Amino acid sequence: MAATVTTATTGKTWGGGNEPMGASYGKMMMWFFIVSDALTFSGFLASYGFSRFKFIETWPIADEVFNHFPFMHGVDAPMYYVALMTFILIFSSVTMVLAVDAGHKMQKTKVAIYMLLTIVGGLIFVGSQAWEWKNFIKGEYGAIETRGGSILQFVDTSGKRVKLADFAADLPVEMVQKTRSNGVWFVDGPSLPTYTVQEVVEGFKANPNILVRTEKLNDKKKKTILSREESLARLAEAQYVVEGANLVRNEYGHKLFANFFFFITGFHGFHVFSGVLINILIFFNVLLGTYEKRRSYEMVEKVGLYWHFVDLVWVFVFTFFYLV
Amino acid sequence: MAHTHESNTKRIWYVFGLLSVITIVEVFLGIIRPGFLVDNDFLGMHLLNWIFIILTLAKAYYIMWAFMHLEGEKANLRWSVVAPLVFLIAYLVLIVLIEGNYIYKVFLTSHYKWIF
Repeated sequence: MAATVTTATTGKTWGGGNEPMGASYGKMMMWFFIVSDALTFSGFLASYGFSRFKFIETWPIADEVFNHFPFMHGVDAPMYYVALMTFILIFSSVTMVLAVDAGHKMQKTKVAIYMLLTIVGGLIFVGSQAWEWKNFIKGEYGAIETRGGSILQFVDTSGKRVKLADFAADLPVEMVQKTRSNGVWFVDGPSLPTYTVQEVVEGFKANPNILVRTEKLNDKKKKTILSREESLARLAEAQYVVEGANLVRNEYGHKLFANFFFFITGFHGFHVFSGVLINILIFFNVLLGTYEKRRSYEMVEKVGLYWHFVDLVWVFVFTFFYLV
Repeated sequence: MAHTHESNTKRIWYVFGLLSVITIVEVFLGIIRPGFLVDNDFLGMHLLNWIFIILTLAKAYYIMWAFMHLEGEKANLRWSVVAPLVFLIAYLVLIVLIEGNYIYKVFLTSHYKWIF
């Protein structure tokens, strides 16, 4: 090496215009942004794994939580919908890479068409995620939270889940929604559940074929179902009626489950959304012929990298939230 | 930029097919959950989860190599992207999961209940 270092080559090395990694500045920086963003997502997913290992015996079963499919009410369809979302995102990745490929051949129309398809795919994905969130927030069956913070769900004798609405008694109690105008501290209270704890407990007592299901996983990796006596004993500790999910409590089980779901899929959805916006920007630049004038479609390649990264993250979110 | 670019269309569709097949296999396994894979453990996790993780890494490899075109980049760019990710993530996950498992055992044997 030392023998080759002359003033002439030094000038060449440090004079600019050198690409030691064979990639332009913009592309290389996109790569390093992706590395740092990938580490951020790894941090989130690792902390999800941490909490899950911490509460491994009581963690909700994803198949029971995410089992909706559009236009199929009451049908237990675990995972089909997320699988569909995964396909949509992978396919939009394919159209993106086809756009990059067409860009290398300087085929403006083809680039524009493929970019448009990518944008449509991204929008469908974000929409699907919103629908998934809606189902998650709304909930389906409802549950009871005990004083100690554990969730009690209800099943019939065959182990099928039962909704609160199917058995809750109708007691003559009046619940008052606390609002800014009638509260002492001029703040709104939490929105009231459909039933009071008493109504659920009385309804449970009146229906002898309903049992309580706890969060605890048994050795067959199913949730434990209590006997009638144990169920009544557990219900004596009932504190809240939980319907659906929010950041404080959720009917599916451990509180952290909903928090991680909102945070990780939300952060990913935000990436998809900003990816769509950037893609739209580049799409218009393609239409305007900006890259045609530049004689290079490298910008398409750079946003392509970002878009594939979003797909890459989803592959991991899919595995760790829905499969494992 | 100065790569010679002949069309990659064939390879793109091939990789798409591969990713689709892997996803279908994952969903299929996730729905039927074969008993012998769920009941047998390896390093504290049952075999089915290991299969999922390995398939996911295979998908990640194809996305990064074919779609993000790492296979066509110089080795030093490839390594400066992949090496920090592989090392840091493996390390973080190892430490954090061992710690999570330890805390689980502390809760299990402690004198007061955490959630009851």
